[in-house]
Amino acid sequence: MSYLANLGKIFVASAFINNIVLLQFLGLCSYIGLTDNMHASIGMGYAVTFVTVLAAAVTWIIDRWILIPFHLQPFLQIVSFILVIGSLVGLVEIYIRKMSPHLYKAMGIYLPLIATNCLILGVTFINSLQGFDFVESIVEAVGAAIGYFIAMLILAGIRERLRNSELPDFFKGKAIAYMVSGIVALAFMGFQGMIK
Amino acid sequence: MKKYWRIVWNGITPANPILILAIGLCSVVAVTNSVQNALLMTFVFSFVLIFSEIIISLLRKVIPGDIRVPIFVVVIATFTTIATLLSRAYFNSIYEAIKLYIFLVVVNCIIIGRAEAFSYQNSIVDSIFDGIGMSIGYGWVIIVMAAVREVFGNGTIAGFRVFPASYSPALVMILPPAGFLILGVLVGWLEFTLRKRKVKK
Repeated sequence: MSYLANLGKIFVASAFINNIVLLQFLGLCSYIGLTDNMHASIGMGYAVTFVTVLAAAVTWIIDRWILIPFHLQPFLQIVSFILVIGSLVGLVEIYIRKMSPHLYKAMGIYLPLIATNCLILGVTFINSLQGFDFVESIVEAVGAAIGYFIAMLILAGIRERLRNSELPDFFKGKAIAYMVSGIVALAFMGFQGMIK
Repeated sequence: MKKYWRIVWNGITPANPILILAIGLCSVVAVTNSVQNALLMTFVFSFVLIFSEIIISLLRKVIPGDIRVPIFVVVIATFTTIATLLSRAYFNSIYEAIKLYIFLVVVNCIIIGRAEAFSYQNSIVDSIFDGIGMSIGYGWVIIVMAAVREVFGNGTIAGFRVFPASYSPALVMILPPAGFLILGVLVGWLEFTLRKRKVKK
């Protein structure tokens, strides 16, 4: 298989077949917490896409050029990744606030939430566990972020409709959101035959 | 004594981290497809939570307020690394199945939340009891979910056969979507009972 086809396969797999939210359960806190507001879900989607790709690039370099050559990976990987992502998010926030107030308004308030989002750290660990090279890691990160975006939009749309529907009182809010995402996840499992 | 019991009880139901606060969900849905996974996850979670609460509560007078969150994260990451290495050494087969979620204990919102909201302000003994309460609250939810999913999805509990071998399992229960469904039912049920109790009062 050519390299390009392989990249396409990684992208489709991470965006749909192993959808990062619905089938791998990463980033669930923000998925459940923010989707009762369509506007917030879109802002969070942009912010996550941006930071995930950046984090995947930076952590790949650290993993391959520092941790593996010096045999530090088993016991320094977790500490170094989380610190790098935390400081990266801080830097990005400062930079965006300075350079583009408009962009900051759109996604700035979500950036502090992202520092401890499992999705970003999860993607970097997946890249490291799978042994992806640099371009593959970036593609995996883009795919995962797009999968997150899609899942956020779907659930936000459904929850907007649910607000006007008649439910038993105790199912309103989170309980029904979990059940709906279960059904959406079932639908996403239909993608599983796409790649052999 | 009564005070400590109240702290522990707080974690078990009134402020249950999963069902009421709805944080730290990633690992909950992912590892509940078998009881063994859930047990290992509970062990890792309690280990990291209790020890980081102890350390943070010991250092609470020294940690400057402005940079407290990065310091919490470093403490938690250290204990997560220890827990990862421990479970790789002693429970290797289960570790291989859920290692991604064990790594991700480091960004578990429950642990950071408890460090910030409880042990940064309270004494060591209180923090230990809070850690125990939160761990029990986390543990019972994921073990109950795992038991339900494993019994119906595979006919076993922690590897022991419950239903006869002729039982044809409902495969969907151990696939990802059922995790969400069962969590939804559990949250709805808890809400229902809490409401009923309130009406009675």
